[in-house]
Amino acid sequence: MNWIDTIIQGILLGGLYALFAAGLALVFGIMRLVNLAHGDLIVLAAFLILLLVSALGLNPFIATAAALPVMFVLGWAMQFLVLNRTLGNDILPPLLVTFGLSVVIQNGLLEGFSADSRRISAGALETASLQIGPISIGTMPLLTFLSAVGVIVALNLIFYRTSLGRAFRATSDDSATAGLMGIRAERIFATATGLAMMVVTIAALYLGTRANFDPTMGPARLIYAFEAVIIGGLGSFWGTLAGGIIIGVAQTVGATINPEWQILAGHIAFLLVLLVRPRGLFPRAVD
Amino acid sequence: MALLETRGLTAFYGDFQALFGVDIALDEGETVAVIGANGAGKSTLLRSISGLIRNVPGQIRFDGREIGGLAAPDVLQLGIAMVPEGRRLFPSLSVEENLLIGRYGRVGNGAWSLDAIYDLFPVLKERRHQPGTALSGGQQQMVAIGRGLMSNPRVLLCDEVSLGLAPVVVRDIYAAFPKIRATGASIVIIEQDIGQALKVADRVYCMMEGRVTLSGTPATLSREDIHAAYFGAHAR
Repeated sequence: MNWIDTIIQGILLGGLYALFAAGLALVFGIMRLVNLAHGDLIVLAAFLILLLVSALGLNPFIATAAALPVMFVLGWAMQFLVLNRTLGNDILPPLLVTFGLSVVIQNGLLEGFSADSRRISAGALETASLQIGPISIGTMPLLTFLSAVGVIVALNLIFYRTSLGRAFRATSDDSATAGLMGIRAERIFATATGLAMMVVTIAALYLGTRANFDPTMGPARLIYAFEAVIIGGLGSFWGTLAGGIIIGVAQTVGATINPEWQILAGHIAFLLVLLVRPRGLFPRAVD
Repeated sequence: MALLETRGLTAFYGDFQALFGVDIALDEGETVAVIGANGAGKSTLLRSISGLIRNVPGQIRFDGREIGGLAAPDVLQLGIAMVPEGRRLFPSLSVEENLLIGRYGRVGNGAWSLDAIYDLFPVLKERRHQPGTALSGGQQQMVAIGRGLMSNPRVLLCDEVSLGLAPVVVRDIYAAFPKIRATGASIVIIEQDIGQALKVADRVYCMMEGRVTLSGTPATLSREDIHAAYFGAHAR
């Protein structure tokens, strides 16, 4: 029974990694932009929620709802004013600029919030759990997982059922021809990054309530997000959930065998998947 | 005054000059064909008008406005839609989605809707849920034309719609042009197939090496004139 429990905890943890990864997959899928500041933006969003909770005394879920539009605007502006200028045939400028952004965000957060590790309190929810037979499932991990599923369903609906989603896919296919349809690629990209920042905000809520966070922990979240995206196959949202779950289960199983193996087991699982399926589990047709 | 005209239009790809002072005019409701050999500058002309290439603003005028300096989305919004060379369907989109994206930037006043496009090209209705790129070349060209029409443009620019298609397929596609004209749209057709161009056009421009070498109505142009303007033989 211990093993089933371990695996369920791993699957639920995978939901958190899928949330880290979904925004990255969205941005990469549309504009082939690898955002090295993604993890730091998650931490930034966590501090924003913390600020709203501590300064206004808001419930963390309401604070997150308030942070969503703020982060959308931030993402829109970041893409429109900065990152759009880096896009082109050369893949190096976006890497350099987002790496620079990562440094700026980390140091900005250090300056503003100090190096102390913080936590967003979710009150009684933190310790609440559901008892199903002999297995106990934490309410917050379950909410995390359900949120990840909800986010992925929503992203798929936007992508495949709306006019905006058609414009996303058309721009990704061929931005010059999309321009002939009246689609302004620079705004499409800005909207995509804005959406990604909303996903980042939801990820930040669960990152911040689950454990302590501090300004320097972004890059490690970026690694998990990358691994989940690549395991899933670039560009598939459900694939990122599968990728997140694989890393999550590997980590909890590894930790059960020996606590020192938790992080390592996740990375090993990632390498194993790459060995067997170099293009990930659900690669998009042709890239 | 013409609905769309170019005055002394020049265009460059880097240091390479592709157009050397091109003057063409298109009146409301008119169909104009631009013919010429490969490399004559026909596609550059359309790419300039549609905003894919930026030009000196005053060198292209549409409905009294200088549009030479506008980007493609702005040109579309004014009512000029383009059917690009090579069809350029979006591979991630189904046939119907390819048509729907045609009205993303503009929904002008006019007759064109999904149903009207399916009336024009019935075969597309059967295949509307397939990926655009799964269709035959002729059907893909129908999608590309339908996609251009979905914005209800005042001017439709068609770049080499017969390229790479069998003659019988070309005839099917050109059969649609009278119906498109009947909705009031003005059309610019670029063609290498001279016979097809002369059949549908009110007026014809012949281009060679980035210049207009001949223009007139199909009735007044002799085969010999066109041949000379097309290939440069006995150039006057």
